Amino acid sequence: MSNLEGYWKANTSLIRNLLIVWALVSYVFGILLVEPLNGIRLGGLPLGFWFAQQGSIYVFVILIFYYAWKMDQLDRHYGVHE
Amino acid sequence: MSVEAWTYLLVGITFALYIYIGYASRVRETAGFYVAGRGVPAIANGAATAADWMSAASFISMAGLISFMGYDGAVYLMGWTGGYVLLALLLAPYLRKYGKYTVPDFIGDRYYSHTARAVAAIATIFISLTYVAGQMRGVGIVFSRFLQVDIATGVIIGVAVVAFFAVLGGMKGITWTQVAQYSVLIIAYLIPAIAIANVLTGNPVPQLAFTFSDLVSRLNQIQVDLGFTEYTKPFQGKPMIDILAITLALMVGTAGLPHVIIRFYTVPDVRSARYSAGWALLFIALLYTTAPAVAAFARYNLISTLHGKTLEEVRQIDWVAKWEKTKLLAFVDKDGDGKVTVAPGRAFALKGGRPDFNTPDEKSRNEVHIDNDIIVLSTPEVAKLAPWVIALVAAGGLAAALSTAAGLLLAMSSAISHDIYYRIFRPNATEAQRLLAGRIVILLAVVLAGYFGVNPPGFVAQVVAFAFGLAAASLFPAILLGIFDKRMNREGAIAGILVGLIFTAVMIGMMRAPQIFGAPAPVIPNLFGISAEGVGVIGMILNFVVAYLVSRATPPPPEHIQHLVEEIRIPKGAGQAAEH
Repeated sequence: MSNLEGYWKANTSLIRNLLIVWALVSYVFGILLVEPLNGIRLGGLPLGFWFAQQGSIYVFVILIFYYAWKMDQLDRHYGVHE
Repeated sequence: MSVEAWTYLLVGITFALYIYIGYASRVRETAGFYVAGRGVPAIANGAATAADWMSAASFISMAGLISFMGYDGAVYLMGWTGGYVLLALLLAPYLRKYGKYTVPDFIGDRYYSHTARAVAAIATIFISLTYVAGQMRGVGIVFSRFLQVDIATGVIIGVAVVAFFAVLGGMKGITWTQVAQYSVLIIAYLIPAIAIANVLTGNPVPQLAFTFSDLVSRLNQIQVDLGFTEYTKPFQGKPMIDILAITLALMVGTAGLPHVIIRFYTVPDVRSARYSAGWALLFIALLYTTAPAVAAFARYNLISTLHGKTLEEVRQIDWVAKWEKTKLLAFVDKDGDGKVTVAPGRAFALKGGRPDFNTPDEKSRNEVHIDNDIIVLSTPEVAKLAPWVIALVAAGGLAAALSTAAGLLLAMSSAISHDIYYRIFRPNATEAQRLLAGRIVILLAVVLAGYFGVNPPGFVAQVVAFAFGLAAASLFPAILLGIFDKRMNREGAIAGILVGLIFTAVMIGMMRAPQIFGAPAPVIPNLFGISAEGVGVIGMILNFVVAYLVSRATPPPPEHIQHLVEEIRIPKGAGQAAEH
């Protein structure tokens, strides 16, 4: 049972960390800090605008695949995979 | 060959394909009907989810909306994609492990209550019905615009096609049709986008052209010269608090949409559920990162094509003349100089929420009315592409509308035939009876959707916000707490759902009183700056707080429910459940 508790704990802390990144790129970079970040340019776009309309979406895709890949490792480590 | 001939040809071929796939994947048992036998590979499920979820609005209207909103359009881009992160990390793997057929199934079993099951089923039906009416309307509009048949005929053709593959093949038919529809819609979206990126910047990849050319800087400059604010300047149309609230409401709402969630029941195991969420978002991101590029390109192109030219000059442009006929593009020479002026404000005064083409709006110098919907639909013509590309866009718009409609119809049908008829009223129904019930309900739902498509209830556009708010304020917290809070009980969940639901409904009702009840003015315009589109977030927070407090004041859930929660947290055993 402690084995499963360890698995669940590892899972929830992974989720927490990824959700911090999720909130950072969208709510913080894309909305709350958009004006100061717009002072920086990425190519032809202001950086805050880029996060709001492009960058956060790229990060979201990476987050999900990273989660799936990391969970594969956790599943095997705790022996709960199919 | 003319545009019209190409359109008939391409729409005909794609429809024949959908019907063939529906016939080839006809099913004989309920697992096939509701969850496609749980045999869908992760990538295919990702493509099906993307088509299921990207509606006529995503395909036709979104880039246009962003084009007019500038930065503020980010609420749709981040809101509708960010929800997939919540779905992938917080819901999909556990719901797959639990492994029944529907969302109300999970809520009813987890909270050991038919009341909770019924509330979840009713929420599912309401959300899906709101949405599906809009989809069928989209089908009708695409038909009437591209094939010159009237809207009713277009809707009936669409209804017949959906009915065929959904009734016969259930989820299995819908899944493989959606995979085909995704391919059609993404090709149709990307070809014109690539062409226009290439024409304007010399870089054919829209995302790169958007970021690494000076086009957006030039657009900013033009906007400022004409008296607009910069395209990239934030918070022009909405305050920051509302942008935050709407983005969160759309994210959480997306994660709670029943027709999206049930797609994750169709994969073979928990691992595939995780990956298919990633594939779904990747496929969606292909369109969603192209849309803001198309939005900016189209805005730049429209302003620079129209502003300062004489009316005769612009009317000689083929696509201008064509769209002017549909009244989606209209001119008025307010200052009598014979030239077109693009400026902030409206070209025409509004009457009942629509522009009144007989009354120029004298408060502004703007002389051009441009409807949101022409942005995507006109890009192929603006970029001077071949007729077959224009026809392809029509086929793509139809694919987007039909695939979403089919997913919604199945979600509705399973809520009624599985959750209400079988689980609540007729637990002794045989496999054959349940399958028949599913087919009858889906047929009735298709007819109802068709009726709404022909006779659109005026409230559709107004209540789409409601569907998301409702999903955010009712279903999402109940599912999330059911997985992550072992101590959450029936009393807490039901109290939370009711409070979230009633609060959100009352708030939207008050804020949208003119559109929904025909009142002269909203009862309250907003709540601390949060509009009707974002207010579901407050409903969601109330749901969480009430659910927590009530659950702690009442007895813990029974032993077997706590075991159920432990069980869904580990992936092992999901495949076996699939063979039952």
